[in-house]
Amino acid sequence: MAQVVVITSGKGGVGKTTSSAAIATGLAQRGKKTVVIDFDVGLRNLDLIMGVERRVVFDIVNVIQGEAKLNQALIRDKRVENLAILPASQTRDKDALTKEGVQIIIEELSKEYDYVICDSPAGIEKGALLALYFADQAIVVTNPEVSSVRDSDRILGVLQSKSKRAEEKREPVKEHLLVTRYDPARVERGEMLKLEDIQEILAIPLLGVVPESESVLRASNTGTPVILDAESPAGLAYGDAVARFLGEERPHRFLEVEKKGLFKRLFGGRAA
Amino acid sequence: MGWLDIFRGRKPVAATAGAAKERLQIVLAHERIGRTREDFLPKLQAELVAVVARYVAIDPGKVAVNLDRGGDMSTLAIEIELPGPRGLAAR
Repeated sequence: MAQVVVITSGKGGVGKTTSSAAIATGLAQRGKKTVVIDFDVGLRNLDLIMGVERRVVFDIVNVIQGEAKLNQALIRDKRVENLAILPASQTRDKDALTKEGVQIIIEELSKEYDYVICDSPAGIEKGALLALYFADQAIVVTNPEVSSVRDSDRILGVLQSKSKRAEEKREPVKEHLLVTRYDPARVERGEMLKLEDIQEILAIPLLGVVPESESVLRASNTGTPVILDAESPAGLAYGDAVARFLGEERPHRFLEVEKKGLFKRLFGGRAA
Repeated sequence: MGWLDIFRGRKPVAATAGAAKERLQIVLAHERIGRTREDFLPKLQAELVAVVARYVAIDPGKVAVNLDRGGDMSTLAIEIELPGPRGLAAR
C-alpha cells in the first residue's frame, strides 16, 4: 500500500507546488516509486514547475469522467526514474472532481506506487478538501508571516476533523511542518518570525526549513524541480527534508546568517 | 546593522517579529476555541448533568451551558435549575 501525502497550506503562494515537485522528485531519486497529483483544477501549475507542460494530453478530470485511462494521463518524468505526474484539468470546473473519482484513482495508484503526493490548491474549498481527504501524512507548508501561520493552523484543524482518517476515527493524519522562504538575516534583525516561534505556535514536528533563495525562481523559469539544483541552498534543504521524511537524521541548515567575507560585506551580494 | 550600512544608505528598521508572534497567539487562541466549540459543549453538558445528578436530583432538560465569545473576554455560563422542596416531594 502506498502512503498518501498531501502538501497543503491554506494560504496561496507559499510554495505548495514548488515543494510538491521537489519532494516528489526527491523521493523518486531515492528509489521510491512516486506519483504527484495536481488537485488545482482550473489553475494547474504543477506541469509547468515540473517542466512537462507540453506533454499533457489527458488530465485527472478526463480519468474521473472515463474519457481516458489512468495510464494515458500519467506523464513519466524523463530526468528521474520512478516518477510520474498526473496533471489537473485547466479548462474544467473544479466541481468535476468527485470524492468517488479521486478514491478510485488513489486506490489504483496505490497498487503500483510507494508514495502518492497530492499537491493541494489554496483555500479550504472542495479541491483542497479532496486533496487532503485520503491523506496518511500531511506536509504543511508555512511562510514566516502572520497570514500564512494562521492559515496553516486552520488547515491543521481541517485535517483533524475532515480527513477520512478523522471521520473514521482512525490514527490521525501524521503532520509535518515545512517552513519555506525563511530569511535568517531578516530573522536576526527581528523583522521576521523566528523558526522557534512558528514551531511553538503550530506545535507540529518540523520536517525542514527552506531558505529564501533565488534558485527557486530560476528552477521554475526552466521547469526543473529545485531539488535537482544540488548546488543551491533551497535544493539542499529539500534534499534534507526528503531524507528526514524517510526517517534519516539530518541537522537543520541555513538557519543562521551566512558569514560574508570582506569583499561581500563591502559591496553587497545576495544568497544564491 | 553594521556601520558599513551607513554608506549603503540603509535605514534602521523596527523589529516587528515580536508583534507578529503576539498577535498570532491571541487570534489563534480565539479561533481554536471556535473550532472545537460545537464538539465540546454537548459533551460538557452531558458530563455536568451526570456529575451533579450524583449529588442532587435534577432535570437534565433544565441545564443550560453557554459559551459567549467577546473581543476582550469570553464567558462560560452554566445554569442548572434545582427543584425546590415541593418539586422533590412530588417526584
